[in-house]
Amino acid sequence: MTDAAWMQAALTAARPQAVGALLRYFRDLDTAEEAFQEACLKALKNWPTNGPPRDPAAWLIMVGRNAAIDHARRQARQQALPDEDQISDLDDVEAPLAERLDGADYRDDVLRLLFICCHPDLPATQQIALALRIVSGLSVRQIARNFVVGEAAMEQRITRAKAKVAAADVPFETPGAVERSERLAAVATMIYLVFNEGYTAGEGPAAPLCDEAIRLARLLLRLFQTEPEIMGLTALMLLQHARRTARFDEAGEIVLLDDQDRSLWNRGMISEGLALIDKAMRHRKPGPYQIQAAIAALHARAAKPDETDWAQIDALYANLERLQPSPIVTLNRAVAVAKVAGAAEALAMIEPLEPRLSGYFNFFGLKGWLLLQLERADEARVAFTQAIALANTAQEAAHIRQQLDRLAADAKPAAQVR
Amino acid sequence: MLYAVLCYNDEATVMSWTQAEDDAVMERLGKAHDKLHAKKQLGPAIRLLPTTSAATLRKNVDPPLVIDGPFAETKEQLLGFYILDCASLDEALDAARELAKANPGGAYEIRPIRRYIPGEAIEELR
Repeated sequence: MTDAAWMQAALTAARPQAVGALLRYFRDLDTAEEAFQEACLKALKNWPTNGPPRDPAAWLIMVGRNAAIDHARRQARQQALPDEDQISDLDDVEAPLAERLDGADYRDDVLRLLFICCHPDLPATQQIALALRIVSGLSVRQIARNFVVGEAAMEQRITRAKAKVAAADVPFETPGAVERSERLAAVATMIYLVFNEGYTAGEGPAAPLCDEAIRLARLLLRLFQTEPEIMGLTALMLLQHARRTARFDEAGEIVLLDDQDRSLWNRGMISEGLALIDKAMRHRKPGPYQIQAAIAALHARAAKPDETDWAQIDALYANLERLQPSPIVTLNRAVAVAKVAGAAEALAMIEPLEPRLSGYFNFFGLKGWLLLQLERADEARVAFTQAIALANTAQEAAHIRQQLDRLAADAKPAAQVR
Repeated sequence: MLYAVLCYNDEATVMSWTQAEDDAVMERLGKAHDKLHAKKQLGPAIRLLPTTSAATLRKNVDPPLVIDGPFAETKEQLLGFYILDCASLDEALDAARELAKANPGGAYEIRPIRRYIPGEAIEELR
């Protein structure tokens, strides 16, 4: 690895911790970001000559903090002094290592930084954009490319989000146990949103977001090592992402789980995911991420599709339904029910969901698939046609189109086919 | 003399490598392994899964205590290691408890292995 690549990786790795600590000092996102930026510039100049520091994050925090304070001082000479609470800790600037940088602070710094990005007032798209900009340090241009929108539009989206969180007044004190676990849950949801943005995109420009979400989850887990749901979330994403190269064929068309070439699944990610879910379950504190990861683990453990333990998957979905009742969960459970008890039973299970899922692609995709198995071709055609109208990506539409084409071919009189 | 080479690096940085960088490192290592193999110097080599997947058995208490996460103390040193083949973390912990009975004090970090290269070049190891 070249020095430049190592430096880039080290700066990326240190970023959440460093920006999080700088945010605690300055209590302002823009100041913290600028201070970090300044520290990175100094690192790029200093590290190649003096060698990298033992603790890059601590180095960046100290240098960033001093740079921001110098900047504030220069400003202060030209205008009235800012309020003391805008620049906290001004007194101990002179001490080069004024504060012992200990792990407990870092933990809450990083968590706070992530938590700020998932403020409930922000729509999901803004949460993701803000997290990618602030925590991951992606440029506005990179994020705009991930979302396939213009740079100016993305800049505006991020600026709006920042203004909202600035007004939201997130407390800077060390959170109590209850507040910490609420923050963790909100952050987990946001990380999974980032992941799903990449996962849905398949091989599209948002694909790298899956890797970024996994990196953030691993980071969170290093800080909160005993949280079974964070283990579950990390495992879930690793196990889903392990199938990445098998999920699409060479033409970019969707390949269903049963038809995937399992030798393409990433063994490293699968082992890590399995190890994490194994570790999480020992806590006997089940949660939605752990259960979903356990389901993904059963798929990952099956060397061939017909070795899948569908009965166990059905049982896990039943648990998930109890824990987190949602028509989507029931819809997913129906796939397992179809395998265990047959398509008729599964169809009976999902039909009552239609009013609530009438705008949902997967509902009609699954309905069509079940009807097809029950040899109700005309109704299957109707369901597939509805699915196409609701497809989120070109690949989804193309996949359903294939089903319809197959139906059309089957419908030809037997004599003509021969 | 057999030597163990223990690999240390900053995990957060290594985890921030792009896939291309990771692949490039693994490819270069593959070539280095081949050279050592040709000289019959290479024994088993292992890439561990991240510390986030680790659990630690503190065996200076009775019964030993299972803690999530890697071994974090600095006042104890790495003195050796085992490779175990177990179906689950529970099984691995049971095995480690067995070992702890024979050798109390200190801790065992139990870390899943990501990649195992048997490195059959050393005759002595067979």
